[in-house]
Amino acid sequence: MQKHWWKLVGVVALYYTIFRGFTGEIPQLPILEESIRNLYFHVPMWFGMLLLLLASTVYSIKYLGKNNPEHDIIASELAYTGIFFGILGICTGMIWAKNTWGTWWTNDPKLNSAAIGMLMYFAYAILRDAIDDSEKKARISAVYNIFAFPVFVVLIFVLPRLTASLHPGNGGNPGFNQYDLDNNMRLIFYPAVMGWTILGIWIANLRIRIKKVEKIINEN
Amino acid sequence: MSLGKEVKVLLRKELLTEWRQRYAINGMLLYVVSSVFVAFLSFHVVNPSSWNALFWIIMLFTSVSAVAKSFIGESKGRMLYYYTIASPQGVMLAKMIYNTLLMLALSILCLSVYCMLIGNLVTNIWAFALAAALGSMGMAGCFTMVSAIASKANNSHVLMPILSFPVILPLLLVTIRVSKKAIDGLDFSTFMMDFMVIFFINFIITALAYILFPFIWKD
Repeated sequence: MQKHWWKLVGVVALYYTIFRGFTGEIPQLPILEESIRNLYFHVPMWFGMLLLLLASTVYSIKYLGKNNPEHDIIASELAYTGIFFGILGICTGMIWAKNTWGTWWTNDPKLNSAAIGMLMYFAYAILRDAIDDSEKKARISAVYNIFAFPVFVVLIFVLPRLTASLHPGNGGNPGFNQYDLDNNMRLIFYPAVMGWTILGIWIANLRIRIKKVEKIINEN
Repeated sequence: MSLGKEVKVLLRKELLTEWRQRYAINGMLLYVVSSVFVAFLSFHVVNPSSWNALFWIIMLFTSVSAVAKSFIGESKGRMLYYYTIASPQGVMLAKMIYNTLLMLALSILCLSVYCMLIGNLVTNIWAFALAAALGSMGMAGCFTMVSAIASKANNSHVLMPILSFPVILPLLLVTIRVSKKAIDGLDFSTFMMDFMVIFFINFIITALAYILFPFIWKD
């Protein structure tokens, strides 16, 4: 139990998020209306993705330092889980955009940056498949991962702030916390961030363990 | 040998080999001219926005194919030879400087042919030239690094655009915005911020390439 308590925390946090997220009190705001509940899904998923991708980059750096194959497995699986969360974030974001801006996708810098960022990590996945030798695959993909992450950060955090953007928190638009994230919502938002992040780490953890077992089976 | 001297020798070698096998550089020059000509034949009336976008798309494809050969084209034996005589940083810097020179030459050519055929819409030509120079430098640096990565994988010619387009896009978007401002003839003060961002992205890319290349080049 000492080893697995965090999973329990994640499950409880997610149940709480889903239950309270759909039934809890929300501020009545024009345009946003009920769609503000997406704050508990869309935003934490992106937080989770960023954390997973950051961790993946850290493990890639570790791999280049120590050449430990285990670090490569961790880095790649964290990146794949990050991609999965990114796709979830884009899908929830599209639903939100349809309900508030009236369209699934607009030519908005934040949205386009997110899409380009995903392309970068898809390219990472393809690069890994294109190299046969496992040591070389680990080394080259670690280099690309480290090369891509700072560009991803510039894409997501710097560029949308330079131009006009519809997305909250960019181009002069206030973020949610300024006037509409009231204390009632905070009580659900923070557990949501925790829950989704833990879920991401859990998925990555399972995948890493599967990969390790596969590696042992292949070697014998 | 000191790094500076090493880079100088390697750069000289790059220029020499390019000069000796002129088909590569001539091919690139022809590539630029013919893509501009294709654009000229397919577009008749061009407004400033499309003029700008078209120019940068031609530049993007030109630079991918021009810079891709820097590592993908190298034979295994030659890389092995570099490995015994030079440091990875020296090789990387020499290739980057060489590709930057190549890209600057290509962008000058591209811009002049483009202006001649499609017409010059730029009001603030110096700002546009500076944007084009910084953009070409960034593309050269970024694509040199990506070409080193792609050269290690199977099917590297397909990987090259997949890997490099998303990485170059932030730089390209800012460059396109700056050059649009230059076309509209805005004052220098309005795009200082954009130039800073381009500079910053170029710096990150170059620094990362410098640090990470030693891990790629060993086989």
